[in-house]
Amino acid sequence: MPITYEPIATTTLGSAAATVTFSSIPGTYTDLILIGAFSCSAATGTAFNLNGDTGGNYSYTGLEGNGSSAFSGRNSNATNTGWTYDTTSNGQVNGIAQFNNYSNTTTYKTLLTRFNTPGTQTGASVNLWRSTSAITTIAIATGSGNFNSGSTFTLYGIKAA
Amino acid sequence: MNILGIIASSKFGDAGDFESIATTTVGSGGSATITFSSIPATYTHLQIRAISRKASAGGGDGIFIRLNSDSGSNYARHQIDGDGSSVSADGAASQTQINSTTTATSSHSANVFGVQIWDILDYANTNKYKTMRLMNGFDNNGSGKLRYGSGLWMNTNAITQIDLTGNGDNFAQYSSFALYGIRSA
Repeated sequence: MPITYEPIATTTLGSAAATVTFSSIPGTYTDLILIGAFSCSAATGTAFNLNGDTGGNYSYTGLEGNGSSAFSGRNSNATNTGWTYDTTSNGQVNGIAQFNNYSNTTTYKTLLTRFNTPGTQTGASVNLWRSTSAITTIAIATGSGNFNSGSTFTLYGIKAA
Repeated sequence: MNILGIIASSKFGDAGDFESIATTTVGSGGSATITFSSIPATYTHLQIRAISRKASAGGGDGIFIRLNSDSGSNYARHQIDGDGSSVSADGAASQTQINSTTTATSSHSANVFGVQIWDILDYANTNKYKTMRLMNGFDNNGSGKLRYGSGLWMNTNAITQIDLTGNGDNFAQYSSFALYGIRSA
């Protein structure tokens, strides 16, 4: 039986870094899943930049709850996606992002993401990258500060029949 | 390891733990119905992963799910939505199918597709009603919707067939639906 769901790469930081990048992603899978367990030196959000595109080609619609209220927001013509947000510094954050049909070259790419920041909030978002290019590079960046040492990120590939 | 809430085996990633069962990609003529049939009972859970767009918009942004061709009023759903400015919740009982999915339609910009990840839990168990979790949404650069949904089929039969329709709208070309089976130890 062929392996359908397999790890592509894992990065665990040995020292603080503002960006973690998965590059040369093969187009041989159907979907990608990125899982992160990390903390940041600042109260900040994190986001993806795809294929080095820093133009205003991203947008998202988000849904979050913080224990007392729920809210929804969006961003348009942005220079990156949304992923996680923590209102405290150095708190543990867990996030997952789903890149369905990431390697097709006929549709814009839509991502589903989720995150948890225990003690502060949980949320999810749907993100659009207005490009028909196959995704070959995913850069994960903080809005401010660094990912702390020990932060870990794993990229998986899922292959459909 | 927790993947969208499903507890995967510690052998996660080994051959046979998460298997591709079938995939349907819509061709140039569009498709009114996507059907997965003769689903084997050899897995513990099912997951459908999709990108989708409707070729028209008369039926709204919903995708309807029907199981084992049961057209009776044996379904229910609940959902929470975020549309970029507000949060809303909704539910319905005694439905003839599960309508808790949102996707892009022809009213949205070209090349914009929605994304769906649906988990159908313990689908082959013949002692309980069947439940599913539906995470889905689309973004249209200034509009869009994110939805968490749950669905119930009040039937103890093992699920052997899944039909997906666009409430009268065809699925557009390049829409793609992949069915996976997840095993437990």
